[in-house]
Amino acid sequence: MNPVLTIPAFGPVLPEIILAAGALVLVLFGAIRGERSGEGMNIIALALLAVAFVAVLMLPGERVETMNGSFVIDGFAKFMKSLTLVASAGGVILSMDYMRREGISRFEYPILIVLSTLGMLMVISANDLIALYLGLELLSLSSYVIAAFDRDNVRSTEAGLKYFVLGSLSSGMLLYGASLVYGFTGNVSFPAIAGVLQGQVGIGAVIGIVFVAAGIAFKISAVPFHMWTPDVYEGSPTPVTAFFAAAPKMAGMAMATRVFIDAFPNIVGQWQQIIVFISIASMALGSFAAIGQRNLKRLMAYSSIGNVGYALIGLAAGTVEGIQGVVVYMAIYLAMTLGAFAVILGLRRGKVMFENIEDLSGLARTHPVLAFCLAMMMFSLAGIPPLAGFFAKFAVFNAAINANLVALAIIGVVTSVIGAYYYLRIVKVMYFDEPAAAYDTMPAGVKLVLALSSIFVVLFGIVPAPLVAAAGAAARSLF
Amino acid sequence: MLGFGILSGLLILPLVGAAFILTLRGDSEATRSNARWAALATTLATFVLSLVAWGRFDTATASFQLVESHAWLTETIRYKLGVDGFSMPLILLTTFLMPFCILASWESIGHRVKEYYVAFLVLETTMIGVFCALDLVLFYLFFEAGLIPMFLIIGIWGGKRRIYASFKFFLYTLLGSVLMLLAIMAMYWQAGTTDIPTLLAFKFPYNLQIWLWLAFFASFAVKMPMWPVHTWLPDAHVEAPTAGSVILAGVLLKMGGYGFIRVSLPMFPDASVYFSALVFALSIIAIVYTSLVALMQEDIKKLIAYSSVAHMGFVTMGLFSMNEQGIQGAMFTMISHGLVSGALFLGVGVIYDRMHTREIKAYGGLVNRMPMYAVVFMILTMANVALPGTSGFIGEFLTLMGAFRSNTWVAFFAATGVILSAAYALWLYRRVVYGELDKPALQTITDLNRREMIIFAPLILLIIYYGVQPGPILDAFAVPTDQLLKGVQAALSTVKTAALTAH
Repeated sequence: MNPVLTIPAFGPVLPEIILAAGALVLVLFGAIRGERSGEGMNIIALALLAVAFVAVLMLPGERVETMNGSFVIDGFAKFMKSLTLVASAGGVILSMDYMRREGISRFEYPILIVLSTLGMLMVISANDLIALYLGLELLSLSSYVIAAFDRDNVRSTEAGLKYFVLGSLSSGMLLYGASLVYGFTGNVSFPAIAGVLQGQVGIGAVIGIVFVAAGIAFKISAVPFHMWTPDVYEGSPTPVTAFFAAAPKMAGMAMATRVFIDAFPNIVGQWQQIIVFISIASMALGSFAAIGQRNLKRLMAYSSIGNVGYALIGLAAGTVEGIQGVVVYMAIYLAMTLGAFAVILGLRRGKVMFENIEDLSGLARTHPVLAFCLAMMMFSLAGIPPLAGFFAKFAVFNAAINANLVALAIIGVVTSVIGAYYYLRIVKVMYFDEPAAAYDTMPAGVKLVLALSSIFVVLFGIVPAPLVAAAGAAARSLF
Repeated sequence: MLGFGILSGLLILPLVGAAFILTLRGDSEATRSNARWAALATTLATFVLSLVAWGRFDTATASFQLVESHAWLTETIRYKLGVDGFSMPLILLTTFLMPFCILASWESIGHRVKEYYVAFLVLETTMIGVFCALDLVLFYLFFEAGLIPMFLIIGIWGGKRRIYASFKFFLYTLLGSVLMLLAIMAMYWQAGTTDIPTLLAFKFPYNLQIWLWLAFFASFAVKMPMWPVHTWLPDAHVEAPTAGSVILAGVLLKMGGYGFIRVSLPMFPDASVYFSALVFALSIIAIVYTSLVALMQEDIKKLIAYSSVAHMGFVTMGLFSMNEQGIQGAMFTMISHGLVSGALFLGVGVIYDRMHTREIKAYGGLVNRMPMYAVVFMILTMANVALPGTSGFIGEFLTLMGAFRSNTWVAFFAATGVILSAAYALWLYRRVVYGELDKPALQTITDLNRREMIIFAPLILLIIYYGVQPGPILDAFAVPTDQLLKGVQAALSTVKTAALTAH
């Protein structure tokens, strides 16, 4: 048998190719123009993300494998890639004005964002363990650098270093788990692993799955692998935090979903308990630990830990409804997170950024619109109808009830009530307390992100069906 | 118009008013005045529209009327509205009370006026939504959404401990409600829909009924509120501004009772029979215990709040006596209590606006300077005591009769509550209105002004009218009550047969 050199189909990989080629062009552009490249880089990066977004939308809807089966495109991948690209674009828009004002506007930043996004898209489409790891490393390494992007700031460099050390550890765990799974199944490809792992599974493979789960849990900052999150979120420049809270979460949840549903679909019993535990622990920690926080970015870190817990409820269910819940949850979470961070980025007086809860004091009187938007984000994060967050929680809890995970659902709703306390505290500070001095006018880009996410969060309840139906179609493509 | 009917109009109209007020710029006196008038016009228009709905309503049928249904979340979870004899009077109560709330806040709300009226109008939409939703998810949506404006109303315009009270109100009710949400999901997977008319015809298995009943009970009991989860109510009432208390007592508390009658009793009849003893026990404790607590209150609003808990005890007792008198009496008590307690809180608001204190000790001898007020407060006190000739009597009498038919001892203990309510209400009246006018601060207090008379006149007229002519409301309840009882009686007779065979 002569090995025949075949050229793989490049069509499904088009968005990734666009981003990869674009990133290289950006590097050249930046290297030539140096520090003078300025704002143009951000605009090009945004354009790249937009083109990639269009390319994602034009992908075929049915499942296509390419690159010798290591890369897969289906409805789920399309949906999650769109979300990721929106999140990255949001991150870039939020950062433009901030970086210039802080004097850290360097041409590397948009390049790193694009590369990181490229990693995310690869992770979402990975159909074997090696492709998964490659995408994940590209995503992570770029993230470590942008966490430390404010390189003269101790907190930022510390955040980058912490992220790097702990991130490497988790990558190691994932890799170790992947090697065990490969060793015990003889395959790296997800469908092939799924074919081998049926019925009774050996302890070795189970240990492998546990390690893979640990690595994934780190990336989505789920308890007990969440320790880096508050520090990194607090230390990184605020728009970077916004980016971390949005884009990698989309890719991470997509990765978790694909690995467990595609590679281990026949041994749900083996991993369901892991996910249930991680989910409960994340929800509980996200609710309790956030109560004592004074820093808004730290608070949002715990909030994101909690939200990952809720999204994982859908994965724990392991059904079509569950995955639909995950997708709906992440889409709505994206809007809420970007909106909340847009408000935090609006808390600026001259050269000083404010990021403590008491700095929001009386915001309802100094900036009524801003306060209203943040209040809606908070009520939505607390899951109060008719805001979008309610429909997100409804989707995952509904799936949990359907999958008979009643205890998980009850713990989930109870922690959501506890979590409501600290979201309410922010509303209280803004609406009930005496006002402080007014803040500067928000930059146009931040305003745009805030306006779009607020409209989405407030009005989602009127026409929820399109997103829910699209998420359902995306979820069905996995089964 | 696009298939949206009059009930959608009732939901949208207050929102339109709220949106209009939001577009007003600035914080000048003119803007505030515009906001007030816009809010008043909106609530009056909503009331008129609800009267139109009432005009088109047919009391002779038990089925849902004015139904509209649109695709919403999924094909089976729809935006579906409709009313029957239970919900229509409650919608009228809501739209009727709202203009008074706006009027009562005319002068007492001095800061952030626009936001205040926006919050109230949004609250009106959610309250009407609860009563006309014909889909459980939609019902839950409105049920919970009302928390946001009420949280802001208590927290921004409330008294000294407003923050504590607003948090307690919000978290307490939320904790109760989330379990109901899970129960709704369980019903969805069991019956394949959250459509209320379909679920009313669906028979849930016995074991599931028990759990579902408990989950709904957690929510409705807190909202009601029933002893021992009533503690949020006195706090919320005391701290809320006058109009907030009126809405809280007049409408929000009715959501619990409405929930029992819309969901718990007809959908889980077996579980309701099973738990009726528990509800009776809690109702009696609520009636007797909170009446005793009311006796010892120093704060007028707190006293009325505890009296509300006691009255709601009559409602739950009547509902779970599961006969015609009990259920109709409970519904009637809800309507009557909405008018009476709303008016009572408005009455307290009148003297609070003048003296800025709610301490009973700070008053005394008001009759000397405020004869009109003394008359108004007297009538309201009598209605609260359930004197024959006031609407309070009809409801209390019917619920007691229903309880008597179901369980004599329950009626016996509940009847002591009637005496106790007379004790605390009359004693309150004695301490506030009669006696010597010896407090220096009260020497210059003025009687009701025209705006306040306009507020009280229709309320008092209705309280007396329904006291002597309860027919119109009871007719509305009659047919749906029969319908409800058909299902419940079946459950009751199974239990009785089982008990007989066991002996």
